[in-house]
Amino acid sequence: MKYVANWALNAAAQRGTTYADVRVIAHRNRALTTKNGKVGSALDTESVGMNVRVIADGAWGFAASAELGRGAVEKTAVAAVAIARASARVKREDVRLAPEKPAVAEWSTPYKIDPFSVSVEQNIELLLQIDAELRAVSGITLAETNLNFNREEQWFLSSEGADIHQTKLSTGAGYAAYAFAGNEIQKRSYPNSFGGQWQNKGYELIQELDLVGNARRIAEEAVALHKADQCPEGKLDLILDSSQLGLQIHESVGHPIELDRVLGMEANFAGTSFLTMDKLRTLRYGSDLVNVVADARQEHGPGLGTFGFDDEGVEAQCTPIISNGLFTGYLSSRETAHTISLTRSGGTVRAEAWNRLPMIRMTNISLLPGEKPLTLEQLIASTEHAVLMQTNRSWSIDDKRYNFQFGCEIGWEIKHGKRVRVVKNPSYSGITTEFWNSLDAICSRDEWTLWGTPNCGKGQPQQVMGTGHGASPSRFRGIKVGSAFQGS
Amino acid sequence: MTEFWMLTKEQAGSIFDRVRKFSSADEVEVLFSGGRFALTRFANNAIHQNVAEENHVISVRSIFSGRTARAVTNKFDEDSLRQVVVASETLSKVQHPDPDLLPMANAPEPAGVGHGGTPLVPSRYSKETAEITPEARAEGVGKIVGVAHRHSLTAAGVYSSGETFEGIFNSRGLSEWHTQTSAEVSITMLAADSSGWQKANSPDASKVDPLMLAEVAAKKAADSAQPRDIPAGKYTVILEPAAVLDIVGFMFGDYSGMAILDQRSFLTGRIGQKLFGENITIWDDVAHPLHSGSAFDGEGVRRRRIELVENGVVKRVVYARATAERMKRSEHKDKVGPIEATGHGFPLPNEMGEMPLNIVFAPVDNPQTVEQMIASTERGILVTRLWYIREVEPFEKMLTGMTRDGTFLVENGRVQAGVRNFRFNESLMHMLSNVEAMSQPVRSCGEESFDMVVPAMKVRDFNFTEVTKF
Repeated sequence: MKYVANWALNAAAQRGTTYADVRVIAHRNRALTTKNGKVGSALDTESVGMNVRVIADGAWGFAASAELGRGAVEKTAVAAVAIARASARVKREDVRLAPEKPAVAEWSTPYKIDPFSVSVEQNIELLLQIDAELRAVSGITLAETNLNFNREEQWFLSSEGADIHQTKLSTGAGYAAYAFAGNEIQKRSYPNSFGGQWQNKGYELIQELDLVGNARRIAEEAVALHKADQCPEGKLDLILDSSQLGLQIHESVGHPIELDRVLGMEANFAGTSFLTMDKLRTLRYGSDLVNVVADARQEHGPGLGTFGFDDEGVEAQCTPIISNGLFTGYLSSRETAHTISLTRSGGTVRAEAWNRLPMIRMTNISLLPGEKPLTLEQLIASTEHAVLMQTNRSWSIDDKRYNFQFGCEIGWEIKHGKRVRVVKNPSYSGITTEFWNSLDAICSRDEWTLWGTPNCGKGQPQQVMGTGHGASPSRFRGIKVGSAFQGS
Repeated sequence: MTEFWMLTKEQAGSIFDRVRKFSSADEVEVLFSGGRFALTRFANNAIHQNVAEENHVISVRSIFSGRTARAVTNKFDEDSLRQVVVASETLSKVQHPDPDLLPMANAPEPAGVGHGGTPLVPSRYSKETAEITPEARAEGVGKIVGVAHRHSLTAAGVYSSGETFEGIFNSRGLSEWHTQTSAEVSITMLAADSSGWQKANSPDASKVDPLMLAEVAAKKAADSAQPRDIPAGKYTVILEPAAVLDIVGFMFGDYSGMAILDQRSFLTGRIGQKLFGENITIWDDVAHPLHSGSAFDGEGVRRRRIELVENGVVKRVVYARATAERMKRSEHKDKVGPIEATGHGFPLPNEMGEMPLNIVFAPVDNPQTVEQMIASTERGILVTRLWYIREVEPFEKMLTGMTRDGTFLVENGRVQAGVRNFRFNESLMHMLSNVEAMSQPVRSCGEESFDMVVPAMKVRDFNFTEVTKF
C-alpha cells in the first residue's frame, strides 16, 4: 500500500503543499449478537480506503476516497489541496506543527489467539450458552449478548519521511439481562454495560472473562432488583466499582483535558472545557491520592487507547494528567502543542476510520491504583455509611464538563462496614473538581482493571473511538446520592 | 469499476446481476449506500478543519433454509464482489434456523396506489446543493465570522453539504433507489460568559440561511451574558423546537413492535391508553414536505404514514414484516392496535426490528409563537437547546440532561436575563401531559435525536434538579 500513499504525497507536493500525510487503511470487523435464544445479527464488514491531509497556504485540507487506483488517489490529493486553499480564505494564523522526528516503524497489537480464527459456530454456541443461563432465571424477560472483533491495518506516510505500518486488534464481549414486571424494567450487565469489556487483545480476552460462569448471578441480580428498596437520597459516602469509575474518569477527566476542547475547537458540538490554560499546574483537581495518567504505551496494558504511534506518526507516550491531586497535563497534538509551550505533541491524535480526520482523542486515561494494599472488601469494612454502586446505566455531563449525573444498575447500602441491603435505581451527581477532591481511598493494584469504552463520540462529522480507562474501586465522601429521582 | 462518482440505479442493477451470478443462496439481497460528503468546520473565527470524502458500500444478505447473515464491503472489483458473497453465505450457513425469518420482500406496488396508501415522496435532490464547492462553503463561513466580529463574539460551527444514495435489490425482483442532497449549518456564538446556538438543515441549501442563523445565535449569546444563578426547581419552560426534538426523540425507539415483544418499550401494556395531553398528536410520515429520507425501509418495503398518537392516546406502533407476523401470534396481539408491516424495518438480520424515523407533530388549532409564549409567562425559563440527554428510567421514560447555549429567565412576559445552565430529570410522559402551548411545527435538527417536524412547546412544572457553574 506504500505506493498508494506515495502517489498521494507526490501529487500533493507538486501542488505546493508545505506538509502532507497519507493513511491507507484496511479494516475488518465481525459482529455477532443474540437475543432471547436466537442470533440477532451476524455481520462481517470490510472497509478499505485512504486519505490525504495537507497544509497549503498555511491551512488544513483533508480528502478521503475508497478508490485506490492511481487516478483516484491523485484526484483525492488534489481535492485536499483545493480544500486547504479554501480553508486559508478564513484563517487567523498559519498552522504550526510541533517538530517530530519521522519514524520508520512496524507495530502490532500483541495477542495470543487471532479472534478471526475462531469459528463462527463456536462463537454462536458461546453466546447461546450465555443466553440460556440468563433466561434460566425466572423473571428474565430479555437476554442480549454480543461479540465483536476488529482488525485495522494502517500505513502512515508523511512528506517529512515517516513510514509506519501498524496493525491493531481489538476484542469485545458482554451481555445484559432485563427483567420487566409491574411498572419497572430492571437490567444487569456483565462484565460492563453498553457492550461489555473491550481490549486490544485477541480471543484470549473472551476466555479470561468467564462469561458463562457469571451469567446466572447477573440474571438473578436483575430479578432481585424488583424487590429492592429505592436508593436513598441525600449526602452520603459513595463507593464506585472500577467499571463505573472508569466512565467517571472518561467523562470528568478524559474529555476536559482534550486541548482542542480547551482551545474552543469543539465548541459547536462536544463543547469546551472548564480546564482553561491558567489551571495547568495550579488547579487542585483532586485529593492527594488522585494520580491520573494518559498512557498509550503497551506497558500500561491492552487498552483501547494503546498503540505504537498515533495518527500523526507520534510515538505512544505517558503523560501525567493529575499528580497527587495537582492538574499537570493536557492531551495534545502537533498542531496544539505550542499553545501550552510543549516542544513535542503528546501523541494522542487518532481517527475512527480511513474517511475521518485525525483529532485529539483519549488514549488510556487511568486512575493509578492505591499504593497501600486495599481490597474492595477491606474498603467496605472501613466504611460507616455509604452506597456502593456498580455498572453504569446512564451518564450525562454539561458541555464544560462540570456538572455530572450518573445512574448505575445496582447498589448496596453499606452500614457499619457491611452490605446491609441491595438498592435499585442508584444515582449520584456532583461538580467535577469537588468530586475528585472528595476521594479518600483507592483500592490497590489487585482490584485494578483496564476497561474499554468503545463508543466515545466527538467531532463533526462525528467519530466514534475506543478509549481505555484503568481504575480500582474508590471511595468518595459526602456525595449527592439519589439525585436523579429528586422531585419525581 | 473505478472512479465512479455517484452510483446510479442502473450501475447498481448491473452489480446486483453479478452478485446474483456468484450467489448459491436460496435468496439474495443487496443494499447499496454511499455518496459524497464535505464539511467545513470553523472555530475561533477561522476554518480549522475542512474535509471531503467519497465512499460506496455494498451489503449482501443471503438466505439458506431459514438462515440468514450479512457481509459488507466497499470494494467493487470482481474478486471483492465474489468474496463478499462468499462471506455472506459462509456466515449464513452456520446460523441456526430462524423460524421467524420470512422470504425476502416482493416488489412493492407503485407509490400512491399501494395498500393503505403508500405516500408519494417528493424529490429530495437539489443539483445546486450537490455542486456546492469548498470555496462556497468558505464564503458562507466568512459571512458567519463577519457577524461574530460585528458583535465582538467568537464563532464555531460547521457548514456541510453532500449527496447520497441508498438502494436495495433482491432476487424476488425488488429494486428501490433513493438519492438525496443535504446542506447543514450549525453555529455557536461564544461570549465571555455566555453563548448562543442555531442549526438548520435541508435537502435544498437555498433553504438554509447562514447569515440569519448567525444573527440569531449572536443575539442569544449577547442576551444571555452575565448569567444569573437562580435555584433549581420546577419551572414553566418554553422549549424551542430543537430542544423539543432532542428530548422527545428518546421515546420513538419504543414505538416498535419488536420493543413491545421484547418488553423493553415504555408502551408495553399501554397502547390505547392516554399517556399524553389532549393536544399531542404524532405521525410518522416520510412524505411530509419538510422531511427527508427514502420511501422504503431496510427490506425494501414502502414506508407508510402511521398515526402513532392521537389526542394523547397511543394508537399503534410500527412494524417490520417479521415483527408483524410475530406480533400476530403473541399474547399482545389484541392489545396493540393494527398489526401489519408498515415499512419501518431495519436491514436484516438485526435485534431492534423497526422504528419510526420521520416524526411529525400535528399542528394545533391555536398555535402560538415563542414570543407569544414568553408574553403569557409570569415566571419561567426559555431553553434554546438541550444537551447530553440520557435515559434514567426506561418505563416512566425519565430522562436527564442539561440546558445549553442560551438559557433565559422569563418574568412578567419578558426575557429578563440569561441564567446558569440547569440539569433536568424529567419524565417524557409527564412533560407531554403538561404542554400548555405549541407553535406551528417546523423542520428541526439538534445533536441528540434525528431530524423531525416539531413545534416549540410551553410546558409547566418541568423538573430542573441542579444548576451548573456557568
